Amino acid sequence: MTNALTAGAVERHLRARRDAGRGLLMPYVTGGITPGWTDYLRAFAAAGADAIEVGLPFSDPTLDGVTIQQASDTALARGASTRRILADLAEVGDLGVPLVVSTYYNLVLNDGPEAFCAALRRAGAGGLIVPDLPVHEADELTDAAEAAGIEPALLASPATPQPRLAEIAGRSRGFVYAVSLMGTTGERTALAASAAELTGRIRRVTDRPVLLGFGISTPDQAREARRHADGVVVGAAVMRRVLDGAGPDDLRAFLATLRLALDQECDRPR
Amino acid sequence: MRDVLPWREAVAPDGTMGEPRARGRFGGYGGRYAPESLVEACREVEESFREAWADPGFRGALARLLAVHAGRPTPLTPARRLSEALGVELYLKREDLTHTGSHKINNVLGQALLAIRMGRRRLIAETGAGQHGVATATAAALLGLEATVFMGERDIERQALNVFRMRMLGAEVVPVTTGSRTLKDATSEAMRHWVGATGDSHYCVGSVVGPDPYPWMVREFQRVIGDEARGQCAAELRTGVPDHVVACVGGGSNAAGTFAGFADTPARLVGVEADGGAGAARGRLGVLHGCRSLFLQDDDGQIIQAHSIAAGLDYPGVGPEHAHLRDLGRARYVTVTDGEAVGAALRLARTEGIVPALESAHALAWVIRAAGDGDLPAGSTVLMTLSGRGDKDVSTLKELL
Repeated sequence: MTNALTAGAVERHLRARRDAGRGLLMPYVTGGITPGWTDYLRAFAAAGADAIEVGLPFSDPTLDGVTIQQASDTALARGASTRRILADLAEVGDLGVPLVVSTYYNLVLNDGPEAFCAALRRAGAGGLIVPDLPVHEADELTDAAEAAGIEPALLASPATPQPRLAEIAGRSRGFVYAVSLMGTTGERTALAASAAELTGRIRRVTDRPVLLGFGISTPDQAREARRHADGVVVGAAVMRRVLDGAGPDDLRAFLATLRLALDQECDRPR
Repeated sequence: MRDVLPWREAVAPDGTMGEPRARGRFGGYGGRYAPESLVEACREVEESFREAWADPGFRGALARLLAVHAGRPTPLTPARRLSEALGVELYLKREDLTHTGSHKINNVLGQALLAIRMGRRRLIAETGAGQHGVATATAAALLGLEATVFMGERDIERQALNVFRMRMLGAEVVPVTTGSRTLKDATSEAMRHWVGATGDSHYCVGSVVGPDPYPWMVREFQRVIGDEARGQCAAELRTGVPDHVVACVGGGSNAAGTFAGFADTPARLVGVEADGGAGAARGRLGVLHGCRSLFLQDDDGQIIQAHSIAAGLDYPGVGPEHAHLRDLGRARYVTVTDGEAVGAALRLARTEGIVPALESAHALAWVIRAAGDGDLPAGSTVLMTLSGRGDKDVSTLKELL
């Protein structure tokens, strides 16, 4: 089991909120998607996000469905790059919640894991998600991340066998990212049955916070996810709205509905 | 057991072109950079392949299919008139004469048998020129499997004939409309699709790319090219082993299969890339589609779209073993332009009566150039893999000529 005392800042933050009975909410935005994209971060924080995921767009997002693909293409067409997005983040300053950067491993290798993690740190990010970096290939990144004070959260999948799940949970930092279904990112009409089974299996091997992502799009789904996991990641449902022209205030209103759903679920007698 | 294997296997004494090292490594390249949801599926493919490849029953079944359905062994053809004009002795390994018209069938029959062994009922494939898609559709029809082939919208336009062939064979062809709408995007989409279909489907990767064990497994299924050619060269060539072994490289499967047969010889190995898709010659270290290798990318690490008249070479990277062979200096990688490839295709047609695929024409274009500038010394013996026939490119050529 994890020792909470040695956890990094992201994990301490999420643990404290979880232990206070709060359902965790981590909305996602593709960095550089609009000229004033960092306004979304402020809106997310104001809506009660517990952490914010910032995607660095990659030309070939092999684990993303059509919404995040479009968002990535849009941001890249606007000239978004790791350097510019991190510079924007540095200007935002402290939002009171941790920033978790997500991207594909090619962008990490492009700078080299040490330089990449150091740049994240300078920009004020605390966590990192790399969906195409499984645990058995993660050494060079986890070493560099630890040196830079970045917490890399590893992904667990419904297909992951139990012994490997224990390794993932043990080596993950910040939280464990539970992939709710066998598929890509993107909105779904219902929470997959595999979500409950996977989070149950993760809980057997760690007390780290477990965030459930992929396909969680509505307050009802967030409420249901909260029954199994410590919180939810909401990406495509946010980015579809952004792509449709929704501004920070619209997203703040949408996330407030998710916030309310999670809070209501927490108030239910368990 | 080795006595019953249908072909001999060349591995250099230092292990070059043998089994990859731990964690699927070829030097510093390769690996299994797959999303967690695909890791278990890759592990299962590896385990099944290891068992199958050590099983004489599997090897025998594959050898029989290659013989009675695909038409192996393919001949070694001396290119007499062209050799005379170039001042070298050029021999062509005729993969264009296989059933479906390219080397892709070698790999696909192996993976289709493996899929059946694993209890899968459907093959997923990506395709650029359509040759791998046609081969996959063919193997699926032959063995009673379903096939779903992902193909970029742009390639669907320029390879209409192969699209029709796949549909005739009963395959579902799914147009890919994202990104550059070519092979790179078709590969991404096939991977995405596999994430949701690992239970009943096998991803039949078409080249020596992708997460471990694919680069190794596909090379092993393609080594029949090199192993056959090795024996044929021993019988036909005055030098026994050719001085130079040449093949075109997109992802690099026909080259890997050809090179594998000569890994333990002094033959000089030459991979010929398209000028606009030169992953080995001009790529940088990166990770894409499950493996660590060399990819064309900009300063920010975004993958650059390849451009080639040959849809099968329109891939911005190269298989990890080729990256390793390049670093070792065991193989060299050169580039030719679209124009050189078209010229070479015409020249082969008119001197030898063979219309090559534009992919294969790249290899020939380098032979022609190298014979002219002394890179290939006069009198050299050259083995070139003619990876496919040119029927699919006739409409492209018609617009140019």
